[in-house]
Amino acid sequence: MSTAFKLGDFTKVREERFGDEQRAKEPATFPQFTVKDLNFFYGDFQALHNLDLEVPAEKVTALIGPSGCGKSTFLRILNRMSETVPHTRVTGEVSLGDQDLFSFHPTVLRRRVGMVFQRPNPFPKSIFDNVAYGVRVNGMLPASQMKERVEQSLRRAALWEEVKDKLHVSALSLSGGQQQRLCIARSLAVEPEVLLLDEPCSALDPLATAKIEDLVFELKGLCTIVIVTHNMLQAARVADYVGFFLSGKLIEFEGARKMFMNPGKKQTEDYLTGRFG
Amino acid sequence: MTTAAYPPTSKKIANAVMLSITGICAFLVVAVLLFILGYLVVNGAKSLNWAFFTKLPAPVGEIGGGLANAIVGSGKMLLIAAALGVPVGLLGGVHLAEFSGSAFASIVRYTTDLLNGVPSIVMGIFVYTLVVVPMHHFSTLAGGIALGIMMIPIALRSTEEFLRGVPQALREGAMSLGASKTQTILTVIIPAALPGIITGIMLNLARVAGETAPLLFTAFSNQYWSPGFDQPSASLPVVIFNYAISPYEDWHRQAWAGGFVLLTAVLLINIVARLILSRRTSLPR
Repeated sequence: MSTAFKLGDFTKVREERFGDEQRAKEPATFPQFTVKDLNFFYGDFQALHNLDLEVPAEKVTALIGPSGCGKSTFLRILNRMSETVPHTRVTGEVSLGDQDLFSFHPTVLRRRVGMVFQRPNPFPKSIFDNVAYGVRVNGMLPASQMKERVEQSLRRAALWEEVKDKLHVSALSLSGGQQQRLCIARSLAVEPEVLLLDEPCSALDPLATAKIEDLVFELKGLCTIVIVTHNMLQAARVADYVGFFLSGKLIEFEGARKMFMNPGKKQTEDYLTGRFG
Repeated sequence: MTTAAYPPTSKKIANAVMLSITGICAFLVVAVLLFILGYLVVNGAKSLNWAFFTKLPAPVGEIGGGLANAIVGSGKMLLIAAALGVPVGLLGGVHLAEFSGSAFASIVRYTTDLLNGVPSIVMGIFVYTLVVVPMHHFSTLAGGIALGIMMIPIALRSTEEFLRGVPQALREGAMSLGASKTQTILTVIIPAALPGIITGIMLNLARVAGETAPLLFTAFSNQYWSPGFDQPSASLPVVIFNYAISPYEDWHRQAWAGGFVLLTAVLLINIVARLILSRRTSLPR
């Protein structure tokens, strides 16, 4: 894809979503995450520098920036998956609602803050057992209500119609796009307050990507969504708020309209218009 | 000057020599196995009859009889060996694969490799001191324990390898849903690695089934049924050994038949194990 084509498309999407000022206005909400002076280290390497931001609840927040800018690292701190990597260190404050993120037991936190990864990672189990997995390990529901929860989650992930007749078939038999929606359904089944999406479409074709994007748009009534993407179009299509990362620093965090129509920083403008990245 | 389209003759000769030498060595490996197999089939199969599987050894001088007690004895010892070697090897392997950051894990890994290198006769003497001396007599139990200890290092390392082969993405998937480490291991990692783990254990059992030295000091041998687990017991490898060095023609034939049965059993286990491994569901990358 040429830069010109990308830019043309981007402008179109931007106009459609944010051209009408009234329509683009999103009511303000309370912060889901409050981040103060956050630093993160891999050994001696500092990957994140002094982050300060508030991630709004029940909205879609997109984190953009070039590869290696720290956006995924930041995302993985929000459900503390970052702790599973040895020799890492975090300083600063993060709160979920009004509770200190680091005061939770990780398993409790991760039930409330779900995550979908770059590559679909369904378990080598049946479709049903994949969706039921989180509910089971958290002991959330009696077995008698499991069927209902599985169906509800698959419907929310827009996968039910495609799999309702083969719930006991291995999840590995699904296509990549279906697998990724299954992973979303699996996360939704434990009713998280937040869903973190780490470049969820990077391994998918354009059609599968479009389905996931539609889904993200619909899910924001259900939970807060934070999505990492290197695809500007994707951010423009789905985001209500956008954070721009560069070299481990948060350059700008704004409502999507402001960010895309009238970015405050020169670096953001340069990145958005494809001058680097 | 034009560039030659073909390499000089010296390179071609070097290639040909390399191909021949490596090919001959590879062929030798196959030839040795085929030779052993062929010899056992020729000598063993013709000595094999129904009585071999059903009758006790005939008294010295009498023709006929069988090795039923040795077959049952070997089976009982392998059961004990599995009961000891599988849980210890499996759970130890889980520790190495899933909690391997610690200095303790690297010590365990190194020790395991050393243990695997301990000569099997030494293992027999170790179990003799540990089990036979306090019990004051040889027993099926002691033989099984010796074989079980021999199983541990390989069970441990093969379990570790197969668990490590499970993609990190599956661990992350389970943990991101709120599963604890133990839940992740029990409900995702081990099931995903299970075909491999089972294959490793079967190959391991097949290997110790043919061990002779550790049994000489532990189960010893006898000519009768060995009731329970606290009496000396015959086993196929030890009986083959005893019969093969005896002066009786009929015992030699029985030894051939024993060797043939043992090898067939080991081959069957190998084939089944490989079938299990090849049928395993493919994992996501």
